[in-house]
Amino acid sequence: MKTALGFLVALTVLTALAFAPLFVGPYQLGLLIGLTGYVTLASAWALFSGRTGYVSLATVAFFGIGAYTVAVLSETMPYPLVLLVAAAIGLCVALLVGLATLRLAGVYFVIFSFGLAELVRQLVTWFETSVNGTLGRYIFLPLEAEHIYWQLLALAALTLLLTWWIQRTRLGLALKVIADDETVASHIGINIAWTKIALFTLSAIIMTLVGAIQAPRWTYVEPAIVFSPTVSFLTLIMALFGGASRLWGPALGAIPLFLLFEWLSASFPNHYSILLGLLFIIIVFLLPRGVVGFIEDKFQRKSPADLVEKPARVKEADQ
Amino acid sequence: MLEIKNLSVTYGKHKALQDVSISMTEAEAIVILGANGAGKSTLLKSVAGMVRPSTDAQISIAGENLIGMPMHEVVETGIAVVPEGRGVFAELTVRENLLLGAYPKRARANEQANLDNVLTLFPRLAERRRQTVSTMSGGEQQMVAIGRALMSAPRLLMLDEPSLGLAPVLVGELFQSLAKIRESGVGLLIVEQNVKISLSIADRGYLLEAGRVVGQGTAEALADDPAVQNAFLGAAAHT
Repeated sequence: MKTALGFLVALTVLTALAFAPLFVGPYQLGLLIGLTGYVTLASAWALFSGRTGYVSLATVAFFGIGAYTVAVLSETMPYPLVLLVAAAIGLCVALLVGLATLRLAGVYFVIFSFGLAELVRQLVTWFETSVNGTLGRYIFLPLEAEHIYWQLLALAALTLLLTWWIQRTRLGLALKVIADDETVASHIGINIAWTKIALFTLSAIIMTLVGAIQAPRWTYVEPAIVFSPTVSFLTLIMALFGGASRLWGPALGAIPLFLLFEWLSASFPNHYSILLGLLFIIIVFLLPRGVVGFIEDKFQRKSPADLVEKPARVKEADQ
Repeated sequence: MLEIKNLSVTYGKHKALQDVSISMTEAEAIVILGANGAGKSTLLKSVAGMVRPSTDAQISIAGENLIGMPMHEVVETGIAVVPEGRGVFAELTVRENLLLGAYPKRARANEQANLDNVLTLFPRLAERRRQTVSTMSGGEQQMVAIGRALMSAPRLLMLDEPSLGLAPVLVGELFQSLAKIRESGVGLLIVEQNVKISLSIADRGYLLEAGRVVGQGTAEALADDPAVQNAFLGAAAHT
């Protein structure tokens, strides 16, 4: 019953959002595209990192791969096929990276993922300048802004639906406990390596598609634009701000932060990066479990369940 | 059912186990006794696939070789582990912990029947199905851990120091439950320092000292064996 109601609400919101381009101007539509893109990126990021605890800064590697695939192939292939190829490339890179990073944990994975994004950017830059002889590429696709928006909206809905579904399955439970205790997770028969790779790959494919779908918006792309580390950081902070282990957390984090960042970059173009850094620090300090977690804590403090929970936490600290 | 032959394990230069051979038949209850650092936990970890033993070692269950098998596949052969310190998922509810126990493919078909069995064995878990495990007492958490292990429908249940950190009255309850599990046809391989109570439910036992088997026999014989008393001089004085 509750699930059915949730679906009904989600479907209504989705329908309303789908009709939005008919009522808003081009600037607002542009905002909606950026917003939907980040909602999808943050949700996809949280699908892997929020659940396994493996903090990835490789978001932009996949996002950029998607955008570049479109830039390279859009003149030789029909658009839907280009999207498929982009997804396939994202899948292959994610599998390779997943297999290579299996044994890395904690901060090593963070560093590796950041390095990966830089490596991909440098590789593309090198290829474009020395083999191809140009740095940037033009994308001429007969796609209107609302087409891009609708595709992104569909991808966002699909990402949330997938996350919801995974949370309900055995895989979702397995993911929760991998972050908790890998040894015990193995004891109960969870193939940790496979589970992590599968999720990382799924999340990477979605990120690749976001890049591919958004690419036609730019008309002109070059590595510095589509492989900008800021994309990874923004995605991370949005997911953390909302609450990375919850279905709606990343979306709830992405919406206010995206609008705030837009306003900041428009109002303080020279100090934008400084303000961004300050915001990152404030969020991590004040809301380590995200807004959703914060609200839950507040809410629970008033409920009797907390009376049971509190002594247990104290006991845990003693051990 | 379980055959361990010539098992040696080294951590760097330290020899944790040397030429240990242990065998047990279907539904037998075996206790591995030994002081701290005798190699008891290493023995269980070798069976579970957590540590890599020497090349000439043989470990098999019902003829199936376990050496080199990844941890998540060992459970599919019918071996369930309750690690030291329990290994429950504290943030999840009792029900979620138990359902996770049915993660192995071998357990999925009979999930409901296994759940019923576990809840019959530990009625308190039935009452507290929706409770988060971190809010439960040590004894209850141990029930969750054992219940979770039983959800995989094992033929062999391995427990690493299950009595550790439990009040004496709870230890008694725990071993009563283990006796019941054994009666239901599940073999038990228990690593313990609590000699008296573990021998009370065991058929046979092995005494480990500095990585070697220095004694073995029926539970009754070991209970009277002075070597066992000596090995636990410190521990025995307390119990």
